[in-house]
Amino acid sequence: MLLGLLAYFLLPLAWLAINSTKSSTGLFESFGLWFADDFHLFENVRDVLTYTDGIYVRWFLNTVVYAVVGAGGAALLAALGGYGVAKFDFPGRRLLLAGVLGAVMVPVTALAIPTYLLLSSVQLVDTPFAVIIPSLASPFGLYLMWIYAAAAVPDELLEAARLDGAGELRIFWSVAMRLLAPGFVTVLLFQLVHVWNNYFLPLIVLNDPAWFPLTVGLKQWNEQAYAAGGGGVAVFNLVITGSLLAIIPLIAVFLVLQRYWQAGIAMGAVKQ
Amino acid sequence: MAVASHGTVVREHAHPSRRRALTGFLFFAPFLLVFVAAIVAPLLYALVLSLFRRRLIGGTTFVGLDNYLRAAVDPEFIAGLGRVALFLVFQVPVMLLLALFVALAIDSRRVWWPKLFRLGVFVPYAVPAVVGTLMWGFLYGGQFGLTGQIADAFGVDPPDFFGQTLMLPALANIVTWQYVGYNMLILYAALRAIPHDLYDAAEVDGAGEFRKVWSVKLPALRPALLLATIFSVIGSFQLFTEPKVMADLAPAVITTSYTPNIYAYELAFNGQLVDYSAALSVLLGVATIVVAYVVQLTTARRERIL
Repeated sequence: MLLGLLAYFLLPLAWLAINSTKSSTGLFESFGLWFADDFHLFENVRDVLTYTDGIYVRWFLNTVVYAVVGAGGAALLAALGGYGVAKFDFPGRRLLLAGVLGAVMVPVTALAIPTYLLLSSVQLVDTPFAVIIPSLASPFGLYLMWIYAAAAVPDELLEAARLDGAGELRIFWSVAMRLLAPGFVTVLLFQLVHVWNNYFLPLIVLNDPAWFPLTVGLKQWNEQAYAAGGGGVAVFNLVITGSLLAIIPLIAVFLVLQRYWQAGIAMGAVKQ
Repeated sequence: MAVASHGTVVREHAHPSRRRALTGFLFFAPFLLVFVAAIVAPLLYALVLSLFRRRLIGGTTFVGLDNYLRAAVDPEFIAGLGRVALFLVFQVPVMLLLALFVALAIDSRRVWWPKLFRLGVFVPYAVPAVVGTLMWGFLYGGQFGLTGQIADAFGVDPPDFFGQTLMLPALANIVTWQYVGYNMLILYAALRAIPHDLYDAAEVDGAGEFRKVWSVKLPALRPALLLATIFSVIGSFQLFTEPKVMADLAPAVITTSYTPNIYAYELAFNGQLVDYSAALSVLLGVATIVVAYVVQLTTARRERIL
């Protein structure tokens, strides 16, 4: 039963890995869950990287920049804000928090079209900022960091640091941030997944393929492949191998940072 | 509680609490700035737009709630809403039950290599929805799809996943495949947070494994299950990427109004009706919040999250 379940979750990925070793003709002629006669993986990878002047490499780099700047920025802003809310009292704090928590429920995708309309009115459409700015705001990240900071950063420690004459920013960096690390990594990873995998927003705010992230680019290749059908240039092997290359980095990051994000979720997501 | 200490701080400074308040706000300010720019401003802008109508000739005129009244009787919008409602009624329970089952199985320590298992179930979450849908499209497919090949081997007709009847279940399968791991993780984390004395007490009272699940674990999981349900409901109403990618394979079935989000997208970008599209976005957001609230109201008051 459990093994069957595991097979269900891994089967599509196994299919992807196996079929990225096939040529276009091999795809059609061999059984889906076994290798074709020729091993075409390296040719496929080379084709993916060079097809239409290496646009895939450009998409890959775009995605990396959007993910690193967007998710890194979002996690940092959430950590600063969550710490500020949890450890300081300021007027209007409750009201601001209520607003942010309400926004946790506002679906990001429902905002995509309004975001486009707003961005186009300030002429930011078709620039990297159109993808990065919306990625920087993570209400759920703030919520998580707020709970995390309240639980993980003792007031006594902050007082002690203040008595030692440390400035507030320095206290945040060298005292609080250390304790906040697991929560920070958790927010970072989930935002990283969100930005890396996002399709709706970049689809709307970008027209120039040179700014596309991988998701929008791969979808375009897929459209081409199906439109070409039997005739024309069917690029199914590029779609498959390109997809495989697109999922490897995220899975690698999750594996490397496993210990941190699991600890972070255990504390932040459910306890209150 | 977290801020209770500010009254007891050192009193040498002039206005310690006022200065402290400013510091706290300055920590919060950068987040507030992007929050306003990326969430509040688009929301307000959509609200404003939805009250106007732009014409090529004649310019922009205030039309009040016209766009909303139009949506209320728009058969395509209503059909799309009905479709995602049907989708969510079946998909969300199946997904959450699977996630619950896996989380309980791992927590009971009767699984070989629990870490590997947990990771295996979680991996699809890290796969972009575009790629996930592409893969399942190939698996479902007629051209060199696995289903077709297996049906061929048995000499039967393959099921038509791209037809009218099976498309919604086929999409539900993709979404389930993607999000079981994420929900499992939330539930598993909640299970790990249960204090051990509770198990000891249950064992002293002679509870077996099943009794422990029923009387200790499930009640403790309720807040996490509620959170997972709300997020899943929000996700279902926003369905876009999976059907949009699937439209490459089944253009006849996935119409331009298949889901409300696709409809709003098509109106804004291919129909030039941005104001009507903005009204639909607002309605969709409101509908999501209402349903999420109803989900909360059906559970005990003390467990409300928002």
